[in-house]
Amino acid sequence: MTETAVKPAPAKAAKKPKPELSEGKRAERRLGWLLCAPAALVMVAVTGWPIIYSVWLSMQRYDLRFPNQSEFVFLDNYITVLGSEYWWTAFGLTTLITVVSVIIELVLGMCLALIMHRTIVGRGLVRTVSLIPYGIVTVVAAFSWRYAWDDKTGYLSALLSSESALIDQTSAFFTVVLAEVWKTTPFMALLLMAGLALVPDDLLRAAAMDGAGPWQRFTKVIVPVMKPAILVALLFRTLDAFRIFDNLFVLTPGTSSVSIQTYNNLIKGLNLGIGSTMSVLIFITVAIIAFLFIKVFGTAAPGSDSGGKR
Amino acid sequence: MAEIVLDKVTKRYPDGALAVSEADFTIADGEFVILVGPSGCGKSTTLNMIAGLEDISDGELRIDGQRVNEKAPKDRDIAMVFQSYALYPHMSVRENMAFPLRLAKVDDKVVRQKVEEAAATLDLTQHLDRKPGNLSGGQRQRVAMGRAIVRNPKAFLMDEPLSNLDAKLRVQMRTSLSKLQKQLGTTTVYVTHDQTEAMTLGDRVVVLRGGIVQQIGSPQFLYEQPSNLFVAGFIGSPSMNFLPATLADNEVNSPIGKFALTDRIRSLVEAAGAPREVILGIRPEHFEDARLLDESAKSGGATFTASVDVLESMGSDKYAYFTVEGDQATSQELEELAADSGSADVPDRGSQVVTRLSAASEATQGGSLEVWFDADKVQLFDPSNGKNLTYSG
Ligand SMILES: Nc1ncnc2c1ncn2[C@@H]1O[C@H](COP(=O)(O)OP(=O)(O)OP(=O)(O)O)[C@@H](O)[C@H]1O
Ligand SMILES: [Mg+2]
Repeated sequence: MTETAVKPAPAKAAKKPKPELSEGKRAERRLGWLLCAPAALVMVAVTGWPIIYSVWLSMQRYDLRFPNQSEFVFLDNYITVLGSEYWWTAFGLTTLITVVSVIIELVLGMCLALIMHRTIVGRGLVRTVSLIPYGIVTVVAAFSWRYAWDDKTGYLSALLSSESALIDQTSAFFTVVLAEVWKTTPFMALLLMAGLALVPDDLLRAAAMDGAGPWQRFTKVIVPVMKPAILVALLFRTLDAFRIFDNLFVLTPGTSSVSIQTYNNLIKGLNLGIGSTMSVLIFITVAIIAFLFIKVFGTAAPGSDSGGKR
Repeated sequence: MAEIVLDKVTKRYPDGALAVSEADFTIADGEFVILVGPSGCGKSTTLNMIAGLEDISDGELRIDGQRVNEKAPKDRDIAMVFQSYALYPHMSVRENMAFPLRLAKVDDKVVRQKVEEAAATLDLTQHLDRKPGNLSGGQRQRVAMGRAIVRNPKAFLMDEPLSNLDAKLRVQMRTSLSKLQKQLGTTTVYVTHDQTEAMTLGDRVVVLRGGIVQQIGSPQFLYEQPSNLFVAGFIGSPSMNFLPATLADNEVNSPIGKFALTDRIRSLVEAAGAPREVILGIRPEHFEDARLLDESAKSGGATFTASVDVLESMGSDKYAYFTVEGDQATSQELEELAADSGSADVPDRGSQVVTRLSAASEATQGGSLEVWFDADKVQLFDPSNGKNLTYSG
């Protein structure tokens, strides 16, 4: 982020006949570069190198069980993965979970945000309480869901007298979605609430005077005005949800999202080539999602907004 | 078009603050009424209650004879212009103005025509397709006006609509607003804390103080016959001069001399039962340079001599500022007014007197001047409750 923020400046300066910088200004700028250089270098090393390395690995046949047979195969791994049925099943499942859970989160998060925005008494308490699920480590939450749904001891399965919430495919899917939604709705709500605060009270009063009822005020004024915040929230959540791992791993061993497949190949299967290929593909998908949000929907680039993530 | 009646309307906020108490007045059909008063006196609250944006705690609000206390804003058919303009940032000017019509499900062709009509009236035609964010303050203000007039509401409510404009534009918008209201003939309630706007715009002015209506009347009437010290000090610019005085044997003894009450004032004061200690109020224009007057003209008043602290020549006339000996007039009302105008802690020995003299006056700054004032134009107030003892209502 630091880099992208800095880059345009020199480009602009180069276009115009260079504005004369005073001696002090130039020294100040040089000092600025020097001061942020160590951090920038570490950033590049930490984030840049693994990316480059995994792209490199993805173009090799590299299985740790047969280290002698390693060779450079260029795009062969990609052809293998993209031609594999398992990959596309996992991809479809991941996409489905992402879309369904993000939509539910958006709706619930919006309701929660509106409630939190409107409550006057105990505002702090309401916010804190609603944030608790988000504060729990995903794996821990996933295990507590698993025990709750356990067909012998789980209180939820006892309550609903359904024995196989995690065994039947459809209900397992919804159980996972529920766990995801439960966990991340507060995050959505928090981002949306920041957006709600951007809608001036006068605007709503004006809309009321103009004849808009509560629903029209919501759809015609609140939503369009806070659209940037909604898009940022959606973007964050979509990117996050697409990388779903913990809940699936704990709740429904056997099903696989793209992240789990990657894990299976890379860590369990020790196949560095195929695993890296998958992670590069996830990277590309995530980049495409971000690109779509920013370019097509015109999301303000995150960074100007609160960007707290896991 | 509508008649709006406030029948002992009271607003108490949940936190216990009494913002408006028993406001009781009628706004006639087509009338332009101004609510004026210092900050925090309950103007916006009153307006919001008429609009339906605030619940009424007590009393009844009637529009065209119908009780509307329980009606939602959208069912009252009233348009409002906000100080912040409250334009929808995501809509073009055209859509902003069309918004109320669209909500009312008006036919698309009619919407178009009405918006264009309103835009022509307000000189906004060439800006119709721009976003409010790209407009100047004055243009935004006009869009807000346009959004209000486009649907022909029963009444307009305006909450300090001009206060975000610079001084020159404000004067310009003030006149065009006045013209527009006359042309449309729509009942209008206008909130301002600016007494010039109050004086120039309204048919009638309602002066509020601390949630209580002080006086209602035409601007001229309020100027000439303020019912109490607060109204007297609030209306008029520069404001009325207040001096402590004592009343004895039909004579006023004040820092600007001793003079006899005129017959008119004497009867009023007697009827009001004046105390001994009073506050003498006199407007700047009731002073004159004594040298410019002949003996017969001077007989109706009294004179005093003082040195001119500051002289401001305005071309058409001159403002001379004097400091006269003696304590300042004190009363709760005057303190409040001073606090509102921001002159609360000007350390002053003696009291300042502002006079408006003819341009022909030869007064000089620092020089001594004999000043005459019209004894029949003075007003006397009771310091304990601020009541005007010379009010002939
Ligand atoms: N939501 C609220 N809750 C509690 N008290 C309020 C609320 N809104 C206003 N008040 C109080 O009511 C009184 C009147 O407020 P109001 O906004 O009507 O003043 P105003 O005359 O419009 O002032 P200004 O010229 O500053 O806009 C004030 O004392 C204010 O503190
Ligand atoms: Mg106000």
